[in-house]
Amino acid sequence: MEPIKQAARVDREVGKKAVKEILSAYPAKVAKNRSTHIVVKGKNKGQKIAANTRTIPGIITNRGCCYAGCKGVVIGPIKDMVHITHGPIGCGYYSWATRRNQGMTANKKQMFLPYSFSTDMQDSDIVFGGEKKLELAVKEAYELFKPKAISISATCPVGLIGDDVQAVAGRMQKELGITVIAMNCEGYKGVSQSAGHHIANNKLFQEVIGTEDREYKNPFTINLLGEYNIGGDGWEIKRILEELGYEVVSFLTGDAGVDDIRRAHNAKLNLVQCHRSINYMAEMMKKKYGIPWLKVNFIGVNNTSRTLRDVAKFFGAQELIKRTEEVIERERKEIEPVIDTFRKGIKGRTVMLFVGGSRSHHYQDIFYELGVETVMSGYEFAHRDDYEGRRVLPEIKPDADSKNIEELNVQPDPEKYRPVDGEKIAGLQQKGVPVNDYAGLYPSLPEGALMIDDLNHYETEKLIERLKPDLFCSGIKDKYVVQKMGIPSKQLHSYDYSGPYAGFRGAVIFARDIYQAFNSPSWRYIKPPWETEPEIVATLTEKEKRGGKNAGGNPKRDNPQKSSPD
Amino acid sequence: MRQIAIYGKGGIGKSTTMQNTVAALTELGKHILVVGCDPKADSTRLLLHGLAQKTVLDTLREEGEDVELDIIIKEGFGGVRCVESGGPEPGVGCAGRGIITAINLLESLGAYTEDLDFIFYDVLGDVVCGGFAMPIREGKAREIYIVASGEMMALYAANNICKGIKKFASGGARLGGIICNSRKVNNELELLTAFAGKLGSQLVQFIPRDNVVQRAEINKKTVIDYDPREKQAEVYRDLANNILGNEKFVVPNPLQEEELESLLMEFGLVGV
Repeated sequence: MEPIKQAARVDREVGKKAVKEILSAYPAKVAKNRSTHIVVKGKNKGQKIAANTRTIPGIITNRGCCYAGCKGVVIGPIKDMVHITHGPIGCGYYSWATRRNQGMTANKKQMFLPYSFSTDMQDSDIVFGGEKKLELAVKEAYELFKPKAISISATCPVGLIGDDVQAVAGRMQKELGITVIAMNCEGYKGVSQSAGHHIANNKLFQEVIGTEDREYKNPFTINLLGEYNIGGDGWEIKRILEELGYEVVSFLTGDAGVDDIRRAHNAKLNLVQCHRSINYMAEMMKKKYGIPWLKVNFIGVNNTSRTLRDVAKFFGAQELIKRTEEVIERERKEIEPVIDTFRKGIKGRTVMLFVGGSRSHHYQDIFYELGVETVMSGYEFAHRDDYEGRRVLPEIKPDADSKNIEELNVQPDPEKYRPVDGEKIAGLQQKGVPVNDYAGLYPSLPEGALMIDDLNHYETEKLIERLKPDLFCSGIKDKYVVQKMGIPSKQLHSYDYSGPYAGFRGAVIFARDIYQAFNSPSWRYIKPPWETEPEIVATLTEKEKRGGKNAGGNPKRDNPQKSSPD
Repeated sequence: MRQIAIYGKGGIGKSTTMQNTVAALTELGKHILVVGCDPKADSTRLLLHGLAQKTVLDTLREEGEDVELDIIIKEGFGGVRCVESGGPEPGVGCAGRGIITAINLLESLGAYTEDLDFIFYDVLGDVVCGGFAMPIREGKAREIYIVASGEMMALYAANNICKGIKKFASGGARLGGIICNSRKVNNELELLTAFAGKLGSQLVQFIPRDNVVQRAEINKKTVIDYDPREKQAEVYRDLANNILGNEKFVVPNPLQEEELESLLMEFGLVGV
C-alpha cells in the first residue's frame, strides 16, 4: 500500500517555533524528555520519535491504564462473553459501554454488551481477599446468563492483595464446563493502555484461538483484526467484504462471537486495521499457524479501495480482482457526489489529530481526501513502529516496563501450521502490498507537520494557540477544553455518538459530521455577549452626582467593592 | 487517656510484655482497653485466659455493618477491656487494610470511652506497610514503646520502627522508650542502654529472662495473675510505674546502618 503523498503546505517554521516555546516552559529535564517525543517532519527520512515510555508525573497525560486497554479495548467487545471486572465498582462502571462497541447476536439472550459485570469489592474483600467473591460472581453470572464464556479482568487492588484470578478461572472452567479466562491486567502495569492490549492478545491467543477446527469451502477466508465495530464500522466493512465473496471467519474483536474467535486460525489471511492493539496477535498467528497478515485501512474512500485491491491481489484470483474493481466503481459512484458536496464546505482547513495508537494515521488520510490538511498528528499510547514503521523494531530495546508484560514464545503448531510460500509474499511486497509489514504514520504525514507522542494538556493548548487548527480530533478528556477555546472537536475514539466512519458509506457520514462541525452556528456564540458589549447600562442618580454616601445601587454588578465610595 | 502502641520484631515478646504490664497497671486501678492488631488474634490471650471468641473483622464480615460493641469487647483480668482486630488467613487479602478498618470501626462504635486511662495497641511485627503503621498515623497512638533484645535482628527491627515513628512524627507520634526483653545476650543491658541513648530515647525497663513467664503463659495467665508474689511480677510492676511516670517522649533519630553495626561490634564482642 503506497502511502498517500501529501503536498507540503504546512509552514515548518511555525511548528518549530511552537515547539521551542513549549519546551522553554519546562524544567530542563522535562524539556529534554519531551523534546524526544516531538518531531517536526522535515525533508530527511528516518526522523526518530520516543514512544511507549513513562509519562512524566504531573504532566496531565491523556493516557489510560492497562485495565482500560485489556477489558475496555480488546476483550470487552466480544459480545457473547460475560466480562467480569474484579475490583471496586468504579473500574467496571466507567468502562461500561463507553467505547460504543456494537454487536448483534442471533440469540438475543446471548448478547452481553449492554451489561456491566463487577465483583464490586468492598473493604472486607480487600482485607480477607476477593477470590471467594469472584468465584461466586462467576457462578452467579453463569446461572443467570448461561454464557459460552466468561472473562475476568483484574483491577489494581486485586494485584496488590494478590488474589489468584488465574486459579479461580481454572477452577471455574473445570466446574462449569465453559471457557473462563482471566487477565492480570491491573491498571498500574505498563506505561499506558498498550500493556493491556498485549495481555488480552496473549490470553485470547493461548486460551481461545485454535480451539475449534473447521473446513471452509470458500477459498477466500479472512479475519479482520483490530476492528472494534465502533459506531458499526465493522458492519460496513463486512458488507463490502461479503459482497466481494470473502468469508469473514472472525473479527477481533468488534461484534465478535467467542466461537468465531475459536476458529480464527482456519482463515487464510489476517487483515490488520489497528496495528497497535492487535499486531501481537497477527504475529503470533503467523508464527503458530503460518497465516500472513496484511495492514489495511478502511478509513476513507481511497484507502478502502486500495485495501480491497490489496486483499484481492493477495488471493490473486482474476475473478475476485475483477469483481473488486466493479464494486469499488459502483460504490464510489454512489457516494462521491455526496462527499463532493460536503467537501466544498470543508476543504482548505486544517486539523490536529491526537488519537489512539493507529487512528491518527487512518484519519489523516481521510482528511486529506476531504481537502483538510493535518498540521499535527500524534498518539497516546503508540510504540515507535506505529510512527516510524516496523523496520525500526530491531532498534527498540525492551525496558523494565515492557519486560513486565509477558512475551509469549510461539512455535509452529505441529499439525496446523500452513505457511504461505515466501516467494509469493516477497512478490506481493514488491508490488507494494503491505503483507506482514506496516510503514507507520510518518510517510503519509505532510512535511512540516508535527508528530507528537503522549501529548499533554499544556501542549494541546499551546499548539492550538500557535498552529490555529480549524478542528481538533481526540477523545473525551480534552474535547470540551478545546471547544471552549472556540475550536470544534471531534472524538475519534467514540465518534461522538455517530458512525460508522469506515468503508464507503462510512466516509459519507464522516464527511457530513465534519461538515457539520465546521458549519455549526454554535461557534458564533462562543464569545459571550458581555465580552463585546456592556452587561447593563446605568446612570448616576442625582444624589450620587452630588457625591452622597451609600446613595443608590452600584452601577457595576461584577465588582461592588470597587465601585463603592467607601 | 493515653494511647500507647507496642512495636517490635516478631517473636520478641510484645504481647506477653504488654499484657503483663497491663495486668500491673490494673493493680494501680487503671482502666484499660487493649487492641490486638495481629491477624492471629492472640494479643489478649493471657488477659482473657484464652483466645478471644470474636475478632472485629470476623464480626464485621459475618454481621455486616450491624456490629455491636459488646460482641467484640470482652472483659479480662482486672477489668481490662480486650478487643482483637483479627484479619485474613495467611497468604490472602490485606491484613494492613484490616487493621485500618478495625480501628476505624472501634472508634465509630464508641469503644474509646472517656473513663479509659490507657489504650494499648499491640501491633504485629515490624512496620511492614501502611496498615500496620495505622496506630501511629493520624495521631492515634502518640506514645510508642519498642520491645527489643540484644540480638542483632531485634535491634535492626527496632531501628526500622524508629524510622516509621519519625515519618509520622508530624501526627504527634513519639517514642516513649525501649523495653529490653532479655535473651541473655552478652552486655545486653549496656548495649540496649547505648542503643536507646543513640536514638535520643531511654531504656524504660530491662526484663530479665525468667521461666515463670512461660509457666504463666501455659496457664493462659499473666505472671501477676498466676502468682503475684513472683520476682518477675515485680519487674512488670516497675515497668508499669515507669510508663506511668514517663515524661520523656522524643522523635527518635534512627541510626545509620554502619552506626548500628559498630554499636554491635562495640558491645557484642566485649569480654569474649
